[in-house]
Amino acid sequence: MAEDAPKKLSLIAFSGDFDKAVAAFTMASGAAAVNYEVHVFFTFWGLNIIKATKGRAFQGRGALAGAFNFLAGGPNNLPMTRLNMMGAAPRLMTRLTRKRRVATLTELFEASKALKVRFWACEMSMNILGLTKDDFISEVQDVIGVPKFLELSRGGETLFI
Amino acid sequence: MAEHFLDITADSCPMTFVKAKLELEKLRPGENLEVRLRGSEPLENVPRSAREAGYRVEKVSENEDGTHTLILGA
Repeated sequence: MAEDAPKKLSLIAFSGDFDKAVAAFTMASGAAAVNYEVHVFFTFWGLNIIKATKGRAFQGRGALAGAFNFLAGGPNNLPMTRLNMMGAAPRLMTRLTRKRRVATLTELFEASKALKVRFWACEMSMNILGLTKDDFISEVQDVIGVPKFLELSRGGETLFI
Repeated sequence: MAEHFLDITADSCPMTFVKAKLELEKLRPGENLEVRLRGSEPLENVPRSAREAGYRVEKVSENEDGTHTLILGA
């Protein structure tokens, strides 16, 4: 990267998987800590990470959307990409992570918020799932589409997770 | 003598940088932060990112146990 390039990192958080969320918030908090401007655009299953309701809930407009949101759950229900062990793996991994004195997903998420990483929710995915901005944590700056994300990320580096 | 102290010798990436950045943000003008760290990556990157954010690197010293101590100033 050229010395004069802006220090900006934009992440597209598509996956609602636990381990990929760990990767996303490791990058987000680490980059923000070394003075990067960081944006995270949550889309599709990634929206589960920023739901205000942490567990499972019938939410969203319509019965089908309600069922999808219930089954997908919130940040407490993120599955592991592999070896999910019927939902036990994220808790076991968190225990192991803590034992090794490495940051947990919750700590990385809180660090990202403390370092003013900017969170954005995808309008299209929210429409499909019948969700509104009120369904998400207050740190979500706004509901945006592709053009706004491209404008925010222009000149920096972008990762799809 | 630093007004603030941070030990990140037991932490790993990215919390080494995260904790340093959050602690630096607490400094008032004229105050110093003493950071104790372990390993080459935080040794290289904590002072560099502190400098980039406008803080002064007053001192870098190696301790007998292989850790390093930085003094950063606002």
